[in-house]
Amino acid sequence: MDLSKQAPIEQAGKKVNEKHFKSRKRQQFIGKIIVYIILIAVSLVLLAPLGWMVSTSLKSMEEIVSFPPTLLPETFHWENYAYTVKAFPFFNYMKNTIFITAFVVAGNVLSNSFIAYGFAKINFPGKNVLFALVLATMMVPGFVTMIPQYILFTKIGWVGTYLPLIVPSFFGSAFYIFLMRQFYMSINNELIESAQMDGANHLYIWSRLMLPLTKPALITIGIMSFNGAWNDFLGPLLYITREENYTLQIGLQSFQNQSTTQWNYLMAGATLVMIPTIVLFFFAQKYFVEGMDLTGGTKG
Amino acid sequence: MKNADTSQFSKAIQEIKTLKKKNWSKRKKKEAWWGLLFVAPFIIGFLGFMLLPMLFSFYGSFTNYNITSQMDFIGLANFKRMFTQDELFTTSLYNTAYYVLFNVPLTAVGSVFLAVLLNRQIFGIRAFRTIFYLPAVLSGVAVYVLWMQLLSPSSGLVNTVLSWVGIDGPAWLFDPEWTKPALILMRLWSVGGSMLLYLATLQNVPKQLYESAEVDGAGFTRKFFHITLPLITPIIFYDIVTSTIGAFQIFQEAYVMTEGGTGGPSNSLLFYNLHMWNKAFVAFDMGYAMAMSMILFIIVLTLTFINLKLAPKWVNY
Repeated sequence: MDLSKQAPIEQAGKKVNEKHFKSRKRQQFIGKIIVYIILIAVSLVLLAPLGWMVSTSLKSMEEIVSFPPTLLPETFHWENYAYTVKAFPFFNYMKNTIFITAFVVAGNVLSNSFIAYGFAKINFPGKNVLFALVLATMMVPGFVTMIPQYILFTKIGWVGTYLPLIVPSFFGSAFYIFLMRQFYMSINNELIESAQMDGANHLYIWSRLMLPLTKPALITIGIMSFNGAWNDFLGPLLYITREENYTLQIGLQSFQNQSTTQWNYLMAGATLVMIPTIVLFFFAQKYFVEGMDLTGGTKG
Repeated sequence: MKNADTSQFSKAIQEIKTLKKKNWSKRKKKEAWWGLLFVAPFIIGFLGFMLLPMLFSFYGSFTNYNITSQMDFIGLANFKRMFTQDELFTTSLYNTAYYVLFNVPLTAVGSVFLAVLLNRQIFGIRAFRTIFYLPAVLSGVAVYVLWMQLLSPSSGLVNTVLSWVGIDGPAWLFDPEWTKPALILMRLWSVGGSMLLYLATLQNVPKQLYESAEVDGAGFTRKFFHITLPLITPIIFYDIVTSTIGAFQIFQEAYVMTEGGTGGPSNSLLFYNLHMWNKAFVAFDMGYAMAMSMILFIIVLTLTFINLKLAPKWVNY
């Protein structure tokens, strides 16, 4: 190693560094543009189906069968919606769906908050074993219990009523219990202890202190179970027997069976059924994401 | 005197101790009752809607139960029939395995891709996150009906777009070769759910890790494979377990999109659960269907077990 040879090398290195820095900046800029292009492209791909749905729902019958299909309707046929609502019958099914959904949401919010409080804030022998059981039930596929459950509900005469769709939600479900317990864990025990010192029992503490404190988690569960009940197809398919009791999901499916290629009406129906979920999503996105975060942050 | 005194004293202490202990255990007992009261709904629900039905199913799988009259013990006949005589059973198993095998890895790759894409602080990123997540919250018949139109051979959006680039799109739901890819495509639309899981993890990764890697001259691929991927393996693991189990239960899509559970062209969409459904609620061959549900249970348990066993080898906790 000759010292005299090192100086020019160092200088050259500096130059290379500067050049490197500049080119890196340019690279970062180009990288950013590429990222935006990909983001916009992916967004377009993901939104296209919904745009297409609304566009198709406003086309005339002639335009539906024309080839190649047009991107936007020539004229907007809003009367398609009026027709669909009548043919469906949309409002009757919506009333049924709201009825079931309201009970399911209430059941899920109350029961899971109640059960999770027991797991998170009270000590009792066998708690850990029982909670392991809660988690284990998440692994059992719904189809494994579906047939014997159906037999059970047949034997007690519940088939044809809304009871099989509503009652189970009052007995907790593993995922929501887990989510709720996670939330309770972040609440200080001292609050409960001092309430107990003042003579409050757990029922009081749960209903008066915990329910208001855990509101965000309750809303999360409420929204998730609203979505689940509103879009439930399997349950109503199995247990609802009379047409006037149909939910929107069953109604849309039978409407689809009747009018296989009348895509404008079918897309109008699909749009109407989807609207509540989409509206809810835009207003309460925070809670959707929170639900995912609560589970995501703790898993693994 | 002194001796007696001390003995008394120690007795008192002993008494206080036991009293305290008694009091404490009494309180503990009371607490335990409260605890049981609170978890009681779960226990009742578990027994009534899960354990007892499953035990009934287990017994029923060895019978020719048909929900009305007969329930004779027929040993392993249902299982024998499944693997030797019921060709549709094999078909349904194949269809389901095909779907799981393609759907699970594609969804995982897709959601990791979207998460990495979204994991940066740039203008408008929240709007993109909303858009990416939106399809994942939509579910049910409306989505299936929408996709039946999108995949419609002549008037659907998918083939229209394909025709722009000169590709003559397949008949999708009408071509047995393309029915399952059609469903997988539909599923890919809603990868946003697991994407959020990955995104939440990525956002917890300290920025310095990436910065120091950049100083060392690491490019995008090296940063991805040496920092990002090892850090999200636990989530990948969790995601694969849950989405495998989820994918195995595919039913609604196939039921709605084959117009009432017929199984589609050449039974190419006859999935395991659809076949079970038809046996149970169309043919009322309940004993056989319950035997099928037992096999499903074993398959899902095995998959979970394998996943749990494999996890330590490639998961960085």
